[in-house]
Amino acid sequence: MKARTLLDRFMIQRLGISLISLVAFLTIVPIIAVFAYIIGKGAPAISWQFLTAMPESGMRAGGILPAIVGTFYLTIGTAIFSVPLGIAAAIYLAEYASENRLTRLIRIAIINLAGIPSVVYGLFGLGLFVLFLKFGTSILAASLTLSIMTLPVIISASEEALRAVPQAFRTVSISLGGTRWQTIRKIILPQALPGIITGVILGLERAAGETAPILFTGAAFFLPHLPNSPLDATMALPYHLFVISTQVPGMPIQIQYGTALVLIIFVLGMNLIATIIRSRARAKRQW
Amino acid sequence: MDKIVIEHLNLRYPNGTESLKDINLKIPANAISVLFGPAGGGKSSLLRCLNRLNDLTEVETLTGRIFLNGENILDPQTDVIDLRRRVGMVFARPVVLPISIRQNMTYSLELANEKRKSRLDEAVERGLKLAALWDEVKDRLDDPAIALSGGQQQRLCLARALANQPEVILLDEPTSGLDPISTGKVETALQELKKDYTVVLVPHSVQQAARTADHAFFFLQGELVEAAAGTELFTHPQKKQTEDYIQGRFG
Amino acid sequence: MKKSLSWSETIISAVIKTCGYSAIVFVLLIFIFLLREGVPTLAEVSLGNLFSTRWYPIESHFGILPLITGSIIVTLGAMLIAIPFGIGTAVFLSEIAPRWLREILKPLVELLGGLPSVVLGFLGILILSPFLRNIFNLPTGLTALAGALLLGGIAVPTIVSIAEDALDAVPQSYRDAALAIGATKWQTIWRVTLPAARSGVLTALMLGIGRTIGETIAVMMVTGNAPVMAVKLSSIISPVRTMTATIAAEMGEVANGSPYYHVLFFIGLVLFLISLIVNIIASSMVFQSKSRAERILS
Repeated sequence: MKARTLLDRFMIQRLGISLISLVAFLTIVPIIAVFAYIIGKGAPAISWQFLTAMPESGMRAGGILPAIVGTFYLTIGTAIFSVPLGIAAAIYLAEYASENRLTRLIRIAIINLAGIPSVVYGLFGLGLFVLFLKFGTSILAASLTLSIMTLPVIISASEEALRAVPQAFRTVSISLGGTRWQTIRKIILPQALPGIITGVILGLERAAGETAPILFTGAAFFLPHLPNSPLDATMALPYHLFVISTQVPGMPIQIQYGTALVLIIFVLGMNLIATIIRSRARAKRQW
Repeated sequence: MDKIVIEHLNLRYPNGTESLKDINLKIPANAISVLFGPAGGGKSSLLRCLNRLNDLTEVETLTGRIFLNGENILDPQTDVIDLRRRVGMVFARPVVLPISIRQNMTYSLELANEKRKSRLDEAVERGLKLAALWDEVKDRLDDPAIALSGGQQQRLCLARALANQPEVILLDEPTSGLDPISTGKVETALQELKKDYTVVLVPHSVQQAARTADHAFFFLQGELVEAAAGTELFTHPQKKQTEDYIQGRFG
Repeated sequence: MKKSLSWSETIISAVIKTCGYSAIVFVLLIFIFLLREGVPTLAEVSLGNLFSTRWYPIESHFGILPLITGSIIVTLGAMLIAIPFGIGTAVFLSEIAPRWLREILKPLVELLGGLPSVVLGFLGILILSPFLRNIFNLPTGLTALAGALLLGGIAVPTIVSIAEDALDAVPQSYRDAALAIGATKWQTIWRVTLPAARSGVLTALMLGIGRTIGETIAVMMVTGNAPVMAVKLSSIISPVRTMTATIAAEMGEVANGSPYYHVLFFIGLVLFLISLIVNIIASSMVFQSKSRAERILS
């Protein structure tokens, strides 16, 4: 159906643009509503006590300190394993690997790791870390599981940051008698660091919010005290929210919203830090 | 005395560009040797062989020998790190490292694990003076190098290449982006440098070649067509191709 | 001159190289472990049982077909929502909205993408499902539709972010050329800009699909708990069970090493293989469309 007259074409355009704008509106308004709702309903629950006290009466009162601490430990644990490994793998891809079939295979593997359902990671973590390596349901097992899940994000972001550094720097460094590693250590890595850190934080942010990988590998609902060692199980914010909203009768709505809000603040706070690092680095760049 | 002797050098890249066909030449010490000719002649490729920078690119064939002080640097056993300290290079576009002026200067010494502050400071001053940049930057050595003008940056690159006191300096069209005054400063610096160093220059124009050459080599499509002492080649070229190029009949 | 490549350089290079291969190692490791714990199913549970339409593990009915249909209906539903809304919003942000609006809205959309899915599931339970129950007069709002809406909402930020980048990257000269020959803005978008951004938009869609297939916790919270065959039209407004939710919900109560245990791993293996196939198709599509575009433009 061709629009024959100028009027027809502009009518179609007007309709089309209105339709698209409506679609965008219908997408954006719920997003704003989601945030407004959680902040509105959750803020009243937030108090110093809520953040620092242990839970009472089967989680129906008191604070959520162990969940906050647990998520914190899990994030650190994930960082310990995934950050060095991820950055090293990115350095390999950006600085050492030539574009051959093996490198293609590595990239496909990374894409695949990124696409595996989070619950499958949970199964894998259960099979390997909890049972086979006998770590038990622990911060250690959960962190290792989360690390492998976070690896693709860190590798991709770091590789991109390394590649963004101009090739000319490498040539100059080599021509002055530098080895490949010296070039990386003295010039490339420092220049890529802001981009790498941003990617790392975004990856860890995702790990902090995940529930399924920690379900069978490290999360527990009710622990009488904070975890003492990496071999202890732990409470965690995402898992806590999941349980109190689905499996605890008589759970006050305020606490549920409060927990959701704390989780969001934790996660989006990391996002904010990453964004700040990124824009400050861009301003200070010397190339 | 010949600093560099090239014997039967053959080089081919997978895409066929910038190759070299059976190059034989001798580069004398303490003089400015100029490799000139139209684009695609292989001059840059030859320079990159002299400090083994061609190791960074995929090469299809590389045969022949290049002797530096009598030792073949194309030998697989060669210590390329040491070679690159002894043969410095300045590129066509000034590439300053994203660090301060001082750090650019001390970079090559740090690579060699030199930590003594006295040595480092001495190298900074010596190199910058040789490149005729010292007076302009001596009060702001810790400023970022990127703050310098184009001409200053290129002289910094020259100074940086001199910091580790190499024996040979390779310059690949070093003044192609520079204004006449900066160009003049670089050419003057080269005349000073040749007293203690061996200079191999790829000029960006025939005029620059004629101005600076003690020895001139004309390259056409990967072959060395003619070689002679500086002014000889430009005033009495033996081969027709050389004369045509110098006269500007092709370029 | 002898080679003096120091020890540390060699060791560091070796370490980096090993880390580079780690991704392959992990994929293989995951595959092997899923096989190890999932394959015994084939010995312990008959194929007829496994592919029957009844999932009732307490009485040893391990039919996974209801779970598969549950996953399919929720994923399809999510895609039906996410693709038009995602691309529509991306087009709006890139081609129609004024610059200042885009600078505000795009980060907002990406912010939603950063929300943990458990939070969305939580809101789904409290707000979305009662809403659906009232609107459609249903016994419960925990249905496939709720799951599809939620999953769509999870996929949309990914699609918008990447598709908008792809559209933004199309050179302005393309649009100018189209307008110069008399096309309207609308025609330009659909006949010039969007096709030019095709490979990026396809990538966005594939990544969105990937996120949908892999989502566990949000679906588990809102799709109800009914492992029934979801093949009727009315299934969309009934409770269903996805494969991911099944594993997450039931793994905790399963005896280690029992047939039930192995079946859950088997389902995990199926999910792993599905995501593997989707990813391989996606990568080859992106490579293909890229080289096609290069051929056309050169």
